[in-house]
Amino acid sequence: MTASAKAKAIRWPGRSAERATRPGGVGSWPVVGGLIAIAIVFGSLNEQFLSAENLTNLALQLAATGTISLGIIMVLLLGEIDLSAGSVSGLCAAVLAIVHVRHGQSALLAVVIALGLGAAIGLVHGLMFTQLRMPSFVVTLAGLIGWQGLLLYVLGRGGTINLPFDGAIARLSDTWLPPWASWLVVVLIVGVAGTSSVLNRRLRRAAGLPLAPLNRMVLRIAGLAALLCAAVLVLSADRGVPLLLIIFGSLVVALDLVLRNTVFGQWIYAIGGNAEAARRAGIPVTRLRIVAFVLASTFAAFGGLLAASRLAAVNQSSGGSDTLLMAIAAAVIGGVSLFGGRGRPYAALLGILVIQSITNGMLLLNVDSSIRFMVTAIVLAAAVAIDSLSRRGTEQ
Amino acid sequence: MFAARGVSKRFGAVRALDAVDLDLNAGEVVALVGDNGAGKSTLIKVISGAVSADEGRLERDGVPVQINNPHQARSLGISTVYQDLALCENLNVIGNLFLGSERRRWSLLRKIEMERSARALLSSLDVRIQDIQVPVAMLSGGQRQSVAIARALVGEPWLVILDEPTAALGVEQTAQVLDLIRRLRDRGLAVLVISHNLADVRAVSDRTVVLRLGRNAGEFRTAETSPEAIVAAITGAAA
Repeated sequence: MTASAKAKAIRWPGRSAERATRPGGVGSWPVVGGLIAIAIVFGSLNEQFLSAENLTNLALQLAATGTISLGIIMVLLLGEIDLSAGSVSGLCAAVLAIVHVRHGQSALLAVVIALGLGAAIGLVHGLMFTQLRMPSFVVTLAGLIGWQGLLLYVLGRGGTINLPFDGAIARLSDTWLPPWASWLVVVLIVGVAGTSSVLNRRLRRAAGLPLAPLNRMVLRIAGLAALLCAAVLVLSADRGVPLLLIIFGSLVVALDLVLRNTVFGQWIYAIGGNAEAARRAGIPVTRLRIVAFVLASTFAAFGGLLAASRLAAVNQSSGGSDTLLMAIAAAVIGGVSLFGGRGRPYAALLGILVIQSITNGMLLLNVDSSIRFMVTAIVLAAAVAIDSLSRRGTEQ
Repeated sequence: MFAARGVSKRFGAVRALDAVDLDLNAGEVVALVGDNGAGKSTLIKVISGAVSADEGRLERDGVPVQINNPHQARSLGISTVYQDLALCENLNVIGNLFLGSERRRWSLLRKIEMERSARALLSSLDVRIQDIQVPVAMLSGGQRQSVAIARALVGEPWLVILDEPTAALGVEQTAQVLDLIRRLRDRGLAVLVISHNLADVRAVSDRTVVLRLGRNAGEFRTAETSPEAIVAAITGAAA
């Protein structure tokens, strides 16, 4: 392994073997560096920025758009786009509120109906894309406009539906893990990650496969543990770890595990890489494309639900304005390719962290949103430029 | 032993194949040559199930077989490597080798099992790729061709069809791929190679089958035949 890594490094400078090991594996170090830079800049300009309270708010703010971004990643991996995610999130949140508040149904039923509506919308998009052969851009552009219209229609004249503050849906974003529970989660995550690494190593050794250096594995687990401990320490200094963050984090991890370890995930990457090759290899391309659109809209619906929970209301601007663009930008900043086949769900977490930090920091500094948009644009452009420069010449 | 007997195929007014015969034997490399439009591609499409013939029959060990789609061809043990290779550039070597036939338990990938088989397969073919975990996009043309050929072997076929395997390669990489084709023969596989390059044909094939305007135009033991005779058969100068 070390010998081959060395030879590789000579042939393809600027790209280590480790970064290239996974399909869609991308160096996330520039983004992490960017985050550190953002923390230093805003932290020095405003002492509030790095306070436990503000970081907790940040964690709350990123869950909704981050979840929508996860859905965007599903279609981006196929080399397609979903422009309707914002509108779908707003519409599904509105339907949730109508079922729950106006019709007095239970919160659980309302959530199920909202997610079901999201899935149905995704199915419609997927069928229009695969059966009518419409470009995904056009299908979801129509969705962007149409579902927004439906949102305004179902909200009617009132335009705003408030969710009861003590209801289950609003409480979702006002629930905090007590310290013991937070630490238990950390122990569980690190324990599972460590155990699976050790087991994987044993299995590889038993199968006679080359092993990565042991210290890299130890370092990775230790880094994960340190990161989680830091997060819990900071968040516990305020109100505790928000349930919203746990939900979003679980979705990211679950989606990543599914994409990396199941046949479904492998096929999604294969279609994104070369759809014709995938089809010839007997992969059910059409079915998987429909599933990806269904997942995208379902994640959007869930993101809309989280946003509604945080606002404790649904109004005409739910899922509107910059929600969609920020969700796409987050995925791209995190390293997901618009051409398909490259990127991981962690991109949603990293990217939304960058965008939300900038937004949050700018608001603390009382900077006008005009500046905020321009800075976000520069970060987006820089992230893609760095990624593109670092791969120049590596692909023949 | 595989045989095509009297295979004909029309595309509208064009007679792409006109009563063509072809015999393929285990442990033998057959080169299929001919000018553009001679019917080479149509013939391999018939054998690999991409198109079905209008007339004629296909036989395996003297028993007639039906090949109506690529899936049937594969299940009969016929594997085809197309000129465009059909690799997913973003996936690593293992992912490409097992594309569409991933080893799995329920629907979980058996990654270790696949990596072990991939290494065994590549080393049995003497294909050297330093790191099989890198995306195929980072491999050289010869390595990609080797991966595509190795993938054709994953389903344990007895006939491998190669469409212009050396067309896009440099001198050294061509030599590597020709070596690989010889190793397929040494494994006891029947190999059918389409090529425009007569030097490659001479280097690797045991028998050369010439098509001209959709008809059989000659069959030679490659080692006993001069290049001029093959060229004459291709251009029709001998007739």
